[in-house]
Amino acid sequence: MDASLCVAWFEEAARLVHRDRDRLTRLDAEIGDGDHGTNLDRGLTEVRKALAESPPGSPAEVLTIAGTTLIRRVGGASGPLYGSVFRQMGKALQSPVTLAAFSAAFEEGVVAVERLGKAALGDKTMVDALAPASRALALAVRDGVGVREAVEQAARAAAEGAEATIPMRARKGRASYLGERSVGHMDPGAASSALFMEALATVAREAA
Amino acid sequence: MKKLINTAESVVEDALNGMAAAHPSLRVRDRVVYRAEGPLPGKVGVVSGGGSGHEPLHAGFVGYGMLDAACPGEIFTSPVPDQIVEATQAVDGGAGVLHIVKNYTGDVLNFEMAAELVEDVEVASVLVDDDVAVQDSLYTAGRRGTGATLFVEKIAGALAEESAPLAEVAAVAREVDERSRSFGIALTSCTTPAAGKPMFDLPATDVELGIGIHGEPGRARVPMRPARELAVLAMEAIHADLPLRDDLLVMVNGMGGTPLMELYVVYAEVAAFARGKGARVTRSLVGNYVTSLDMQGFSVSVCRLDERLTRLWDAPVETPALRWGR
Repeated sequence: MDASLCVAWFEEAARLVHRDRDRLTRLDAEIGDGDHGTNLDRGLTEVRKALAESPPGSPAEVLTIAGTTLIRRVGGASGPLYGSVFRQMGKALQSPVTLAAFSAAFEEGVVAVERLGKAALGDKTMVDALAPASRALALAVRDGVGVREAVEQAARAAAEGAEATIPMRARKGRASYLGERSVGHMDPGAASSALFMEALATVAREAA
Repeated sequence: MKKLINTAESVVEDALNGMAAAHPSLRVRDRVVYRAEGPLPGKVGVVSGGGSGHEPLHAGFVGYGMLDAACPGEIFTSPVPDQIVEATQAVDGGAGVLHIVKNYTGDVLNFEMAAELVEDVEVASVLVDDDVAVQDSLYTAGRRGTGATLFVEKIAGALAEESAPLAEVAAVAREVDERSRSFGIALTSCTTPAAGKPMFDLPATDVELGIGIHGEPGRARVPMRPARELAVLAMEAIHADLPLRDDLLVMVNGMGGTPLMELYVVYAEVAAFARGKGARVTRSLVGNYVTSLDMQGFSVSVCRLDERLTRLWDAPVETPALRWGR
């Protein structure tokens, strides 16, 4: 992976989030406060602007700029949470950026968000999409799967993880205030995390 | 949707411009609302912030005896660390700065990040978590910060005005939070300018119990009933958590879309309930203070006062939304 591919990842994620903005906001209105789509759309617009202003030289730099921008400019919970995933990934990413290096950095990003949000698998949060994606990447590395196939598997795992949040009862974030009434709705953070992974799969496919 | 806005995107900015124009005692710069006189040497700076849509909270409480700065975020979205860092550094008069943070994941995260980024200023932080509607706190993000935020800001602000040190101002803020409880009931949902339609569907025949202040649905939905019964539902929930006794400060707060007349109807019932438990309501406040855009409904907040807290509540305050004694 080079810097331009990493920029393309955020471009594609921005496109998908913009396309699904109303769906994400609707999911959030059901169990949260109805601003997830709008906020993330705004945040990724800022990220695109930041990346265009100072074209980064390495994938690690792309991730760091994206993470810092999301932390500093988005607000809400999603800004700091997504921001810390990417900032930590940027910090941890070794070069050259092989699939193994990317997978290791991704895992650190997920750990960072688990720590910041004090969330674990099953709490009905973005972790429920990101952690399975991280595991899928690690398994792909272990099995020597190609990059394209590996991120396809990660995207599938994230989508399944997001689906799996539907019957869960939320334990973190604003949805947790609903208790049992949070059951039956997909977590909006898990839904947007699945979009990030879908975006990664798309750019990997197109690059190949 | 009919709203008095220019565009949904510019509503926060436009409202802040209006506030600055209406109140020469305020200065608005880069999405932060300050007291115009600037940092006061030796006085602890008191900073709060949170999503917009709860007006007059927080910016309406900037002024003598209350906040030194408020950081408004987008509607129902916490402010970003940059705003909070800027505000914190600008109001420091050498005695440190207190952050008053409502307990919502976004607010907590952004204030935490800001506190880490601030340089050369001593920062203390107090979480407000007064909402008794959140019961099962092991399985939630904890109780929400709602109406008692006003109590905390007023009383901590009063002590800061007396040039008390940061540790004392933070301690009194925590004390007020510990002695306060709130419960809210919605008659309707609310409509954000960006969404353009109500956040949740609430049939005309039902009310939502245990709402927060972001249009999020509450703990249960029950058929509409007379004000007396709704007031009792709210007060029972509070009393079960913090037995009402001795001297009380009671606020009946409108959610933004309820006539003051109806809030007084509720207040009469709330006060009667407290008296029935043998408590004395020695201080009260009725009006729209911690709102949820155009939502109809109310919340009740109660603080168990002692002599010192009563004195600090009575201390002079001069802000756009709260002013007395000066």
